[in-house]
Amino acid sequence: MAETSNLAGEAAFNRSAARQLALFGLAVLIGLVALMWGLNLLASLTATASGASPAVDAANNAITVMLAEEPPQLDSTRSTDQVSGVVLGHVMEGLLRYDDRGELAPGMAEDWRIDEAGATFHLRADALWSDGQPVTAHDFVFAWRQGLDPENASEYAFILYPIKNAEAVNQGRLPVTELGARAVDERTLAVEFERPIAFFDKLTAFSTYFPVREEFYRATEGRFGADADQLLYNGPFKLSSWVHGQSLQLDRNPHYWDQARIRLDRINVAYITSDPNTRLNLFKDEKIVMTGLTAENLTNALEQRWHIHRHMDGSIFYLEFNHRSGRLTRNHNLRKAMILAQDPGELVYKVTKTPGYLPGESLFPRFLEGIRGKFRDQHPAPTYRMDVQAARDHLERARLELGLDAFPPLVLLSSDSPVSNIQTEYFQAVFKKNLGLDIKIDRQIFKQRLAKMTSGDFDLVLAGWGPDYNDPLTYGDLFASWNLNNRGRYSNPEYDRQVRIAQSAMDAPTRMAAFAEMQRIIHEDVVIIPNYERGVAYVTHPRVKGILRRVVGADTDYTYAWIE
Amino acid sequence: MLRYSVKRLLQGLVTVFFIATATFFAMHSVPGDPLASDKALTDRIRANLEAKYGLDQPLMTQYGIFLGNLLQGDFGISYTQENRRVNDIIREHFPVSATLGILAIAFAGLGGVLWGALTALYRNRLPDVLIMLAVILGISVPSFVFAALGQLLLVQVNGALGFSVLPVAGWGTVAHMLVPSLVLGLGTMAYLTRLMRSSMLEIVGSDFVRTAKSKGLPASRIFTHHQLRNAILPVVTVLGPAIAAITTGGFVVEMVFAIPGLGRYFVQAVQQLDYTVIMGTTVFYGAFLVFMVIVVDLLYGWIDPRVRLE
Amino acid sequence: MAETAFTAEDFQPAAATESAQAVARPSLSYWQDAWIRLKANRRALFSLYLVIGLALFTLVGPLVWTVDPSLQDLDQISQPPGADRHAVVVAPHRPWDGSATGSASLAGPQSSSGGLRLAEAPTTQSVRLAWTPLPDAAGYRLYRNLFPAAEGQALGLPLFEIASLDVRHFEDRLDLKPRTYHYSVVALDAQGRLTGSVRSLEVPVSRVVTAQEAEAMGLVEDAGQLSLGDRIKLRAHPLGTDYLGRDLLARLMAGAQVSLFIGIVAPLLFIAFGVIYGAAAGFLGGWADQALMRFSDFVVALPFLLFMILLRVASGVQPGESGITPMVLAMVLLSWPAAARLVRGQILQIREEGYIGASRLLGGGAPYLVLRHMIPNTLGVILVTMTFAVPTAIFTEAFLSFIGMGVAPPTPSWGSMCNEGIKTMLTTPHELIFPALFISVTVLAFNLLGDGLRDALDARMRSAE
Repeated sequence: MAETSNLAGEAAFNRSAARQLALFGLAVLIGLVALMWGLNLLASLTATASGASPAVDAANNAITVMLAEEPPQLDSTRSTDQVSGVVLGHVMEGLLRYDDRGELAPGMAEDWRIDEAGATFHLRADALWSDGQPVTAHDFVFAWRQGLDPENASEYAFILYPIKNAEAVNQGRLPVTELGARAVDERTLAVEFERPIAFFDKLTAFSTYFPVREEFYRATEGRFGADADQLLYNGPFKLSSWVHGQSLQLDRNPHYWDQARIRLDRINVAYITSDPNTRLNLFKDEKIVMTGLTAENLTNALEQRWHIHRHMDGSIFYLEFNHRSGRLTRNHNLRKAMILAQDPGELVYKVTKTPGYLPGESLFPRFLEGIRGKFRDQHPAPTYRMDVQAARDHLERARLELGLDAFPPLVLLSSDSPVSNIQTEYFQAVFKKNLGLDIKIDRQIFKQRLAKMTSGDFDLVLAGWGPDYNDPLTYGDLFASWNLNNRGRYSNPEYDRQVRIAQSAMDAPTRMAAFAEMQRIIHEDVVIIPNYERGVAYVTHPRVKGILRRVVGADTDYTYAWIE
Repeated sequence: MLRYSVKRLLQGLVTVFFIATATFFAMHSVPGDPLASDKALTDRIRANLEAKYGLDQPLMTQYGIFLGNLLQGDFGISYTQENRRVNDIIREHFPVSATLGILAIAFAGLGGVLWGALTALYRNRLPDVLIMLAVILGISVPSFVFAALGQLLLVQVNGALGFSVLPVAGWGTVAHMLVPSLVLGLGTMAYLTRLMRSSMLEIVGSDFVRTAKSKGLPASRIFTHHQLRNAILPVVTVLGPAIAAITTGGFVVEMVFAIPGLGRYFVQAVQQLDYTVIMGTTVFYGAFLVFMVIVVDLLYGWIDPRVRLE
Repeated sequence: MAETAFTAEDFQPAAATESAQAVARPSLSYWQDAWIRLKANRRALFSLYLVIGLALFTLVGPLVWTVDPSLQDLDQISQPPGADRHAVVVAPHRPWDGSATGSASLAGPQSSSGGLRLAEAPTTQSVRLAWTPLPDAAGYRLYRNLFPAAEGQALGLPLFEIASLDVRHFEDRLDLKPRTYHYSVVALDAQGRLTGSVRSLEVPVSRVVTAQEAEAMGLVEDAGQLSLGDRIKLRAHPLGTDYLGRDLLARLMAGAQVSLFIGIVAPLLFIAFGVIYGAAAGFLGGWADQALMRFSDFVVALPFLLFMILLRVASGVQPGESGITPMVLAMVLLSWPAAARLVRGQILQIREEGYIGASRLLGGGAPYLVLRHMIPNTLGVILVTMTFAVPTAIFTEAFLSFIGMGVAPPTPSWGSMCNEGIKTMLTTPHELIFPALFISVTVLAFNLLGDGLRDALDARMRSAE
């Protein structure tokens, strides 16, 4: 045993062994360095070192940004999500576009004429694809047919429905060639409408309406939009590299017609992460030019003395009731009891605490334009004030109407996002405290929640809705009885009638009156419990100006940004 | 040796088949609808999508098609990234996870041996106490806490120095890999240090070390040739499971450090019910692990001649 | 040959005398010996106390600290331990139209700074501000900051913006804490850009509570006992509160029940199953053994975490369920083979031992052999495996909860509490530190205990003494 050897010998042995270990440690270090060098070589084969660039690279006139998620794909005829929308908004352009004041401006079309029966667009002569070929009227016709072709199975096909025969084509009842859009010549596009529509010009800025060149599309053999080289670009920027899950590089498109408005040469998307802490750390480390703030890291941002901005993104969030027959939530008094038992102000100011959120009052958010001024200023939303006693009275009435001894637990369906966790736990406690109602939380991953919403397997669901185009109808038709996104299956002939008026009327006063009527019905019938309108608080790099946040279109938009 | 290797490989193939089957049926018993989307689908579009992914076939037919494609090494097309093949996803993202994993294993293995030998050498003295305290932390603190703290530390260091020593997140160069792989390897390193320490202590008292000392071998030779070499053996045996834990356990590190690895894709795919990506990733990882275990076993037989491979 | 006379007594069995067989030390059973050795191991003993402490915390804790872990105290959200809990009773919040109601009493010097002034006493319920017109303004924006505004520096969080001059009041209710805020109002030009003119105001906010809230929180029997202006103490939260104002200590106890339940029951079940499976394989031998072990090889090959996630999703947690059972089942389903292999190996070894042969010769049947000899002789190994499996199971639960695939809310677990706490790591670190500490201590305790048990139960070391 070790104790038998004399101490001096032991010490000598230890010294020698320590020397050996030090040598071994050195070898380990050298080995690790060699390994890392090798890996670096390997990595450089598969990826660009995009993460190395600083937030602002004035020498190259470039900025670095991040995306919350990877765009699933960039095929504009099929893209559905917001992240793809951001990238597409930088690299593509529709007939019309939104300018830096958020107003409609000419895009690929230099002028246009819209009436009750249809529209005609004249494309500009210098509208070019990134390979130098002109953008033609055929490219629009092809893209729209593609968006409606049932074989292509685009989820946003409905947004093309104002075009004549679009719905029939999408349901396979007519061939795509019957679509009411045709190229009169290379630069003239004629569109026939299914029925009069007041906001077709706004729709043409939407990504499903972007052009696609047929011959290029065919050449990609089903991989259109899957990689940087599987796309053609007609917007201010073009995608020069796309390393999946990691980075995208957007470079100025030399063939874009309006070179004067582009002031950046390059936008590096160097990070793809949805982790708010990571994003804040990247911003703090001057690696990205903009990041959103959450309630949790707001204090930290204030301590850093950053300039904080605020933006309402137009999304509304609400508790949707299940109105299917046989559901307890079909009972009006129960719904009324629930809406009276809660206060969206408490939810927003004390629970979610996210700066920028506004307590929900209506289906129609505050940004929507009325006739002159905001819709909500002209038609203030009627609201309920929290009143626990009245709520209990309504609950008692509901109990008698339903012939129940006591209410069984209601199922509250929600997604597994952090914000909805907080909300569900809060609502569970509120309805228990104020009404004695038991709420069972049904937290599901994204797809399972959607499947349950579609099949009606819930009593209440935490839902939200963002605008597809800048018109109140994008919210208003949500509760039309025929709308498949009306997951609670609310059905009211009077409401449907108002939606039809808003769809086909051309004059603003009639339409606004219809929307006001919808707002009233939603309120009186307690179709939903409005929770909040979403806002974002965000910080930007002090040297980068002109970053735009939009309600519809690419949010965030860097096409007008510049380095100071 | 060769016969043994071939036998193990054949067994491995059967195991992969089993994994594929288990994944397929686990996957298809998941409630919910992989085609559900934010915008409700019309029946016609739904039917087209179902046909595209073969969901309109009976389950056993789907299973047959899945196995057929698997034999050809084809995992199909992703549901969420509609125009990307799962093979491409694995080809592009596995190297990232593997790089991270290799570095983490290197840190864990080499570091574990080094620290373990040190603690044994300085048993019950200051270095031993300090290292063992660190080991206790490494074993008992969850990896996500380390990941978050690691990133925070980077921000503070960069902020204090006024320039970027190491990047906070992202991927692309060695500088990006350093902290994430350390964080990923930390738990395993702590475990291996402990293992190495006890196996060193056992060997110090063994007969052959005493013999070597008494016949007057130089201390350095005893240390390298007798003690270290024998003490490393148990470390090698646990390397197989460690590789498995590290390569598949990279989710958190990949999420926190915004690394485009396969683990992060898997978690996203599960949340999106992306059948093909889930099955592709699981079968691929399963096959990879089976193969790694075989390699480690063969390696062990080569290092330690006393082990007969049967 | 000498003749010896035998008497009948000589053929009597000798009387049993203890003295002849006297043992120097008292005979010890295996378990007694192990216990003595465990007691001698300071670290193991310490960890044993820790485990007992954790058990007490989990089981007895809720009886001592009887706060409802799901009770939301919205007046004390994310409160660190040891914060001041005094509050003044006020009337419930009423909407405000901008008229200066109680401003007469507030005409102090600090409450009016240039154009910006308080319309009412600032409380955690609301801060009501009004301002006089600023020069060259086409609109206003209001900021709130934690620091005094300095020249050229950030003004803080923008709360409100209006492009008209008609509205010159604002009510702030957003997440007000009892501390000092600095409000600034700036004038905007017609394009919505900042002009130079700024008016700032320092606002010390005091904590208030309504009588109804006090009653709901159980601070008073009846709201009528309180009158406006009374000073009361809010509920005590020794470890602070979480993001919904729930008591962290109570949450930790409730979370311990979940985390420790999973951590202990899952290993118990899969080791029990593994023991039965392994014992069957080891005892049966032959082709049955081969088939059983081949199957366990398959299960071992399944990537653990990937399948945990997959099975968690596949089990489809129903509304109102916590998802603990599916998680335990998934763990059992994936983890048993290790125990089965271990037990089988032991059984194969023991089968060859002499005492088994002896027992068999004496007519011991198969069940008897397995139950009387084989399992008890593997118990030591099983116990050690079990102890080491606990930290792994706790980590797995924490990991799954962290990526959002763990127990469903509102059921707390240490892992899900860490997941929530990590978001506010910088501002309210106590929400992360406490649950993480509990995970670490538990994992450590079971690891050290496992070490101690292994040393104590190791037969080789026993003979070396």
